[in-house]
Amino acid sequence: MLCQVCKKHSATIHLTEIQNGHREETHLCEGCAQQQGLSVKSQIPLNELLSTLLSAQAHGKTPAKEGDSSPGGNACPTCGMTLKEFGKKSLLGCAADYDFFREHLEPLIEKSQGGHTRHCGKVPSRTPVQAKHQIELAQLQKDLDAAVRTEDYESAARLRDRIKQLQTP
Amino acid sequence: MRPKDLSSRISEWFQGSGPGADIVISSRIRLARNLAGYEFLPCLTQQRKRQILRTLKEAILGIDLGESVFYVDVDGVPALEQELLVERHLISRQHAMGKGPRGVVIAASESFTAMINEEDHLRIQAFQTGLQLRPCWERINHIDNLIEQKVEFAFHPDYGYLTACPTNLGTGIRVSVMLHLPALKMAGQIDKFLQAARDADLTVRGLFGEGTEAVGDFYQLSNQVTLGVREEDIVNQFNDVIVPKIVEYEHLARRKLLDKQLDALDDKIQRALGVLGNARLISSQEALFLLSHIRLGVNLNRIQGLSIRTINELFMLTQPAHLQMNQGEPLDADRRDATRAGIIRSRLCRN
Repeated sequence: MLCQVCKKHSATIHLTEIQNGHREETHLCEGCAQQQGLSVKSQIPLNELLSTLLSAQAHGKTPAKEGDSSPGGNACPTCGMTLKEFGKKSLLGCAADYDFFREHLEPLIEKSQGGHTRHCGKVPSRTPVQAKHQIELAQLQKDLDAAVRTEDYESAARLRDRIKQLQTP
Repeated sequence: MRPKDLSSRISEWFQGSGPGADIVISSRIRLARNLAGYEFLPCLTQQRKRQILRTLKEAILGIDLGESVFYVDVDGVPALEQELLVERHLISRQHAMGKGPRGVVIAASESFTAMINEEDHLRIQAFQTGLQLRPCWERINHIDNLIEQKVEFAFHPDYGYLTACPTNLGTGIRVSVMLHLPALKMAGQIDKFLQAARDADLTVRGLFGEGTEAVGDFYQLSNQVTLGVREEDIVNQFNDVIVPKIVEYEHLARRKLLDKQLDALDDKIQRALGVLGNARLISSQEALFLLSHIRLGVNLNRIQGLSIRTINELFMLTQPAHLQMNQGEPLDADRRDATRAGIIRSRLCRN
């Protein structure tokens, strides 16, 4: 089916409006739907997302000069990476960047990772016990929420016990 | 073994067997890792790249993978051999085009590869034919554990495994399936599939050719979110929910073609056979397009005497680098088209 507006692209958005018992259908392609202000969830390329976020953060500040504190100019002391350079390549320079640029990166991570900002899953075997417990706690909390949502109280009780166990020093 | 020793045979994961293989060509899981104590690729000196290459190569060649493995110095081999590895999905195009010390460890069966100094220091991946994501995960997780006994990976208590690009952060896992969806395409429903995939935070790419356009109705579907979800949960969601649903839709579309549009379907299949059985020049795009119809014809029993294995072989062996490697000389585009047409004619007639 072709888009009703441009009659060029195939329609992927199908709207059904019912007003006073009158039913009306609209078929649009993604581009025309966006033009009509219908919000469409689509994949935003990372560097596009990045430059939007970075420019929003830099807004109102003076342009980046060498060594100043604006996000575009500050360099990581370990690898020398700047946010400006990261904006160009979408690649960070070293592990320390994640902490050094944390406040700027976290909104970006949240957006590109479906709202998540904390790891859940595999942990290297040589990780210190305390860090392992911290990650396990986050996972258990997630499982507990899911169990409560699905009214699986037996699992919920078991998860709560394990969480208590990990929390007692 | 060297890349050119692979060029005349078909990868194990592309044989066309395995669960659901009429639609799910293959399963793949990749993990991205970086060594602790080293900068990421954009900030590394040549010397430090070499150190990483040596460390990881030794670590991986030193573990027991249950089969023989070989190492390819991607930086040092001719462009044609690089291209062959890309066509076989053993390395990425980015790895082939990269600069500086880099390499790949490949298992003889081609069901495991480890790219060193690609976008991250290490990217390991496991392949299986058909829908077999859980065996892929078990294998790659086991290999990751073995490597981790020898080297230390960059890991953050909040963010998990650290990667050069934040889009791979956390688990560093990329779960992919390669799908053949010709009936959905013919039914004009492929846009629905693409939109549904995007809504579920999945990425869709073409399997063959460059860029995102899918040639020959082959699609590669991958997860996008790598942070905040357990590896097993991502794998199970793919294996048990997402892929079976798409397979069901494709089956429905195929049944509809058989019930309601048999003449149109047979016409497409027979025309494809007619062209491929007689053409003297054929581009890789046209070959992919027509072979896709024949593959559907074989799967729906509309063609007798041809196996999926033969069709898959033609998909793989008629790619540009494969053609040239097997002919033993560089060929310009015209001669490639002639050679490709010849190979396809002889295979189709032999059957």
